[in-house]
Amino acid sequence: MGRYVLRRLISAVPVLLGITVIVFAIMALIPGDPATAILGSYATPENVEKLNRDLGLDKPLVAQYFIWLGNMVQGDFGTSFSLNRPVIDEVLERFNATLVLAGTAFVICSVLGIAAGVVSAANQYGWADKAITFVVLLGISIPSFFLGMMMILYFAVSLRWFPVSGMWPIYGTRDIWALLDHLVLPASALAVVATGVIARLSRSAMLEVLRQDFIRTARAKGVHERGVIWRHALRAAMVSIIPVLGIQAGFVLSGAVYIEIVFQWPGVGRMLVDAILTRDILLVQGGVVFVAACYVMFNIVVDVAQSLLDPRIKT
Amino acid sequence: MIGFLKLLARNRLALAGGIVLFLVVVLALVTPLLPLAEPNVTNTSARFLRPFSDGALMGTDHLGRDLLSRLLWGTRLSLAVGFAAAVVAATLGAAIGIIAGFYGGRTDNLIMRGVDMLMAFPYILLALAIVAALGPGLFNALIAVAAVNVPFFARNIRGITVGIAHKEFVDAARLAGLSNTKIILTEILPNVVPVIVIAMSTTIGWMILETAGLSFLGLGSQPPQADLGSMLGEARSALITNPHTSVVPGLMILIIVMAINLLGDGVRDALDPRLKSGALSRPMASTMVRRQGPVPEPEGKGLLEVQELQTQFHVRDRNYRAVGGVSLHVKPGECLGIIGESGSGKSVTVLSVMGLVASPPGVITGGAVRYDGADLIGAPYRKLREMRGRNVAYIFQDPQATLHPLYRVGDQLKEAIRAHHGIGRDEGRARAIELLKAVRIPNPEQRLTDFPHEMSGGMRQRVGIAMALANDPDIIIADEPTTALDVTVQAQILSLLDDLRRSRGLAIVFITHDFGVVGQLCDRVAVMYAGRIVEEGPTQAVLEAPTHPYTARLMACVPELGGGKRRLEAIPGLPPVVDNLPMGCAFADRCDRVQADCRKGEIVLERQGARAVRCLHPVTPLTEAAE
Amino acid sequence: MSAALTLTDLSKTFPVGRGVFGAPKATVKAVHPITLTVAQGETLGIVGESGCGKSTLARMLVGLLEPTTGTIEIDGAALDNADPALFGKRIQYVFQDPISSLNPRKTIRQIIEAPLIHLHGMDRAQRTRRIAEIFASVNLREEFLDRYPHEFSGGQAQRIGIARALAAQASILILDEPVSALDVSVQAQVLNLLADLKRELGLTYLFISHDLAVVEAVSDRIAVLYFGSVVELGPAEDIFRAPRHPYTKLLADSAPVVGRPLTAPEGRETELPDPLNPPKGCAFAARCPRASDRCRAEVPVLERQGAVDVACFHPLVAGEE
Repeated sequence: MGRYVLRRLISAVPVLLGITVIVFAIMALIPGDPATAILGSYATPENVEKLNRDLGLDKPLVAQYFIWLGNMVQGDFGTSFSLNRPVIDEVLERFNATLVLAGTAFVICSVLGIAAGVVSAANQYGWADKAITFVVLLGISIPSFFLGMMMILYFAVSLRWFPVSGMWPIYGTRDIWALLDHLVLPASALAVVATGVIARLSRSAMLEVLRQDFIRTARAKGVHERGVIWRHALRAAMVSIIPVLGIQAGFVLSGAVYIEIVFQWPGVGRMLVDAILTRDILLVQGGVVFVAACYVMFNIVVDVAQSLLDPRIKT
Repeated sequence: MIGFLKLLARNRLALAGGIVLFLVVVLALVTPLLPLAEPNVTNTSARFLRPFSDGALMGTDHLGRDLLSRLLWGTRLSLAVGFAAAVVAATLGAAIGIIAGFYGGRTDNLIMRGVDMLMAFPYILLALAIVAALGPGLFNALIAVAAVNVPFFARNIRGITVGIAHKEFVDAARLAGLSNTKIILTEILPNVVPVIVIAMSTTIGWMILETAGLSFLGLGSQPPQADLGSMLGEARSALITNPHTSVVPGLMILIIVMAINLLGDGVRDALDPRLKSGALSRPMASTMVRRQGPVPEPEGKGLLEVQELQTQFHVRDRNYRAVGGVSLHVKPGECLGIIGESGSGKSVTVLSVMGLVASPPGVITGGAVRYDGADLIGAPYRKLREMRGRNVAYIFQDPQATLHPLYRVGDQLKEAIRAHHGIGRDEGRARAIELLKAVRIPNPEQRLTDFPHEMSGGMRQRVGIAMALANDPDIIIADEPTTALDVTVQAQILSLLDDLRRSRGLAIVFITHDFGVVGQLCDRVAVMYAGRIVEEGPTQAVLEAPTHPYTARLMACVPELGGGKRRLEAIPGLPPVVDNLPMGCAFADRCDRVQADCRKGEIVLERQGARAVRCLHPVTPLTEAAE
Repeated sequence: MSAALTLTDLSKTFPVGRGVFGAPKATVKAVHPITLTVAQGETLGIVGESGCGKSTLARMLVGLLEPTTGTIEIDGAALDNADPALFGKRIQYVFQDPISSLNPRKTIRQIIEAPLIHLHGMDRAQRTRRIAEIFASVNLREEFLDRYPHEFSGGQAQRIGIARALAAQASILILDEPVSALDVSVQAQVLNLLADLKRELGLTYLFISHDLAVVEAVSDRIAVLYFGSVVELGPAEDIFRAPRHPYTKLLADSAPVVGRPLTAPEGRETELPDPLNPPKGCAFAARCPRASDRCRAEVPVLERQGAVDVACFHPLVAGEE
C-alpha cells in the first residue's frame, strides 16, 4: 500500500511539471509585454526596460521558465503588482476560503448524490425514482450562478434566513456558527450541479451492477434485499462512482468561481477573475498552478481510495 | 434512422424537450426578421421597466434596453456558440481518441499523457488561463470552452475505440487486406459515431452553460453585444432591486439547457443498444408472478416438485414462452439431470423455483413449485428469502462472475451463513474453514482472505459449491457449473459434487448440455426442447434407448471421445424461437420421422413406468423402452 | 505429400507491466518455440486447455501477431513479414465468436466483398459471380447478402465467417474454436460443412479446440499443447486411445464419457504453473504422477517414439494404465 502511494506520488511529478509548462506556455502567448501593463502610465521606455530586466523578461523563454519554476519550488511565486503583496500569501489566504466552500459542497454532493442514485435505482420507475430523476435534471440544467442569485433573492432577501453575501459578518464574532450561517447558501448552490451528475451516474452504475451475476448469487444465498442493494450492489458500483467523484471535485472547484462572485466569497476564483481583468499575470499563473497542483494531489487521494476499495487494482 | 426517430418519439420527455428546443431554435433563427426593438439602443429614461410595460413586453434593463429583444438576440448567440463549441470539441476529441485507441502502444501513451495533463486542471482554470492569454471576448471564450472539453471527449472515445479495435471483426478486416486508414474509416468509425453523437447530445447543454458562465464573469461576449450569460452578469448588480432583469435570461438558459438535456437523454436511450431491449431494468428481488389458470394439486412425488410451470419473458410486444409447462420432481439423495441446448428453457425452469428469474422481463404465468408439498409460486418474498440457500441452494455457471469481486471469499461464505443464522465472528470463521475443507480446497485458513480474482476457475467454483453448502440445504440446483471450466477441472468438480451428494444425502438438479456429464452423474434425466420436456427417464435407459427423435439425434450429432475421425449426423435447421412456436411438435421441422399429425394440436408427455416421451412417432415405442 | 505449412521455432513472448521508463518488468512466454509441419490437405488438430497458448499460436499464423522468434513457410515460401494483407491470400482465419467477428454496421455483402476487393482487386461483375459461388458452397441463400449480422443465428453467422475466409481464396484455414460458441445441434452442421469444403476445395486446416471429442472427430493428426509447448503429436485415432504423455492421458481420462464411472483423475495440485515464474523443468511435472527429479530440472524435447512425437522423459507405454 505504502509503495502504491509512493508510486502515485512519483508519477504526479511529471503531471505537475506538465501543468507548469502548459500554464507558462499559455501565458507566454499574451500579446504585449507585462511591464507596460504593470507600469501603466509610468511606462516610459527606460522604466519598461528596467522592469523587464528586473523581472527576467529579457531572457529567452526557456530560461524564463526555469527561473520561474525554480522560484516556485522555493515557494516564491513572485509579487502581485495589483495587490502589491507576494502571490503565495494572497493565494494561500484565498484558497483557504475556497477550500471551505468547495469542500463543504463536495461532501454534500457526494453524500446526497450517491444516496439519491441508489434510492433511484432501487426503486426504478417508482415515484421516488421519477421525482429524483426530475430534480436531478433540473439541477444539471440550471446555471449555478443563476441558482445562486435566485437563492439570494428568496432565502436571503425575502425570507431573511441567511446573509446575502460574504464569508464573515462585517460586525460580530467570527465563530463557526457565523461561518456556517454564511456557508449554507453558497455551498448548496455550488453542490446542486455536481449532486445531479453524481446521482445520475450512481443510478446507472447501480442499475448496471444489479444485473450482474453476483447479485443473483447474493439473492440465491438468501441475503436480504437491503443487504443486496447497500452491501453488494453499492460496493461494486462505487468502483465506477469514485473516479467520477474525482472529476466532480474539479467541477466543484470550477463552479466555485461563479459562486464566489455571486456571493462575494473571498475565494481564489474571484481573485483569478479579478487578476485576469487587471492583467496581473503573476497572480494568474501562481493561482492556477497552485490550485491545479492541489487538485492533482486530491486525485491521488481518489486513486488510493479506489485501490483500497478494489483489490483487483495492483498496489 | 427511421427506427431511431420512432424510438426517440416514443420517449415522451425527449419529445417534449425536442419540441421546446425546436421552438427556441426557430425563434432564434427568425429573430432578425421579427419587429423587435434594437437590442443595443440605450434609453436611460426608461430604465428598469417592469415586464408587461407598454412597448417592452419583458421590461428593460439598467440602460433602458428592451429585454425581449436582447433575450432573443442573446439566445441566438448562446445557442450558436454552445453548439459550435460542442462540434469543435467533439470532432477534435473524437479524432484524438480514435487515433490513440486504434494505434495503441506508444502513440496512445503519448496522447493520453497529454490528455491526462489537461484533465489535471479543474476545467475552469484552463479556460480562464486561455481567456487570460487571448483576451476576453466571445470567440475566445468559445475556443476556451471547446479546448477544455476536448480531453473529455478524447478519453471517452478512446475507451470505446480500444474496445472496438480488439473486436474480431477488425482482425477479420486486416486479414481481408484493409489498410489501417480504411479500417478506421469503415470498421471503427461507424461503430463509434453513435457514441460521439450520444456524448455530444449530452454535453451541448453543458457547453452552453460554460460559455454563459464565462460571459457571466465578463470574460465572454463584450458590451454592448450580449449573450444570455453576460445579460445575467450585467443584471447581477441590480439583482435585489430589479430581479426581473436577472430572471428573464436565467430562465431562458434553464429552459434551453433542460430541453437539450431531455432530448440528449432520449438520443442516448435510442442509440444505446443495451437500453433497447429494456435490458437495463433493475431485476426485482423475486420473479414477478401473474398466474393464470388453476394451481395444480400436490402429487407428493418428491421433495421438490415442479408442476406445469410456465415462465415467460415479456419484452415490448413480444411474449417469449421460455418455459411452457414443465413438470419435474426430485427426491432426497437423487440427482436429476436436465439437458438441452441454449434457449431450451432449462435454466429458466430451475431459476423459477426460488424466484430468481430476472424480472422484468421474466414473469411466472402458471403452474406450481412445491417444496415439501407447499406451493412457492406467489409465496411472499420473506418466505422465499428464508428458503433461498437454506432449503434450496444454487451453484451457477461462471464462478468468475457469480462471486462478488470485492469481498474476500471467507466473508462471502460467512455472509451466506449469516443470512439465515446469527453466528459470532469466531464461529463464522470456523464454519467457513470447515466448508472450504468440505470442498477440498487446500490451505483453507489462508484461502479465506483471498479475493475471487486471486483464485483459479476451479477453486472459485469450489467456493461457489461451499457457499451452496453453507446452510446444509436439502436441494442443490447446479446450473451448468462446469461449462466454463477446463476439462481436467471439470472432472474434479463433478466427482466432488457426486461425493457430496452421497455423503450428505443431497438432492441435486444438474443442468448441462453434455450427455457425457449426465451419464456419469445423474440418476434420471429430462431432455428439454423449446421450453418443454420431450423425454424423461432413468439416465442409463434413456442413453441406451432414446425414444424421442430429438434425444436420439442430439446424442448422435455430438462426437464422443474414442470414435476416431468421422462424419457427424447433423440435425438440420435451427431450434425455434419461443415467441412464435409452431402448432404441435416444436421439433417437427427438423425431424426425419415427421408425419402430418405431428403438426396438429397439443402432443402430451406420455408416461409408461419411469419413462416419458412427448412424441407420436418415437424412435423406440415407449412400452418397449420402459421395459 | 508436400508441406502446406511449416513452422520453425515459432515462439511468442509478451512483455508484462511497465516500469518507470516504459521498459517491460517481466516477460511471459505464451508460446515456446514450436516446430511443426502440416501437410497439403491435412487437418491438424491443436488441443489444449485455457492458457496453453493455442490462440496466440493461431494469431501468429495469420500475421495478426508478430512472432518473437521463428519462421512460417507456406508452400515452401517464407512469410516473415507480419502483414495480414500479405498473409491473407494464403492463409485465412475463422473466428471463435461468429457474431463479434462480423462488423454490426456492415451488410453481409460488404463483409464478403472486402477480401475480394482488397486482396484480389476484382470488379463488380467478378465479385457478384464469386460471391454467388461461395454462398452456394456454404449453403447460404443470396438474399442474406443485404442483411446485417444481428439478423443471423450463431450457426448462420459462422457460415458467413467461413464464406469470408473462402473469399480470400487462401488454401490454408486456421479454425480457432469454430464451433465452441455454437449449440450442439448446430455444431455438427458446421463441422460437416467444413469437411465438405475441405474435400471440394482441397483445403488444409489447422483446427484449434478445447473439445477433445470434436478435435478427434475432424483431425488427421493432433498436437496436444500444454503451457505453450507441444507435449504430444500423433495420429488422431491413437492419441487419446493410447496416450503417451501423462498430460494427454489426464485429458483423455477427464473427458466425460457415457458409461465410464465418475472418478477424479488427479487428486493433487491442479493449477497451471505461474507464467511469470515458470518451473525449470517440465511444466507438467508438478501435476505428473510419473515425475522424477530429472523432469523438475530439465525440459524434455519433442521426440519421435513410434508413430507419435512425445516430449516426456517417462512416457507411457501403449496399453499401460
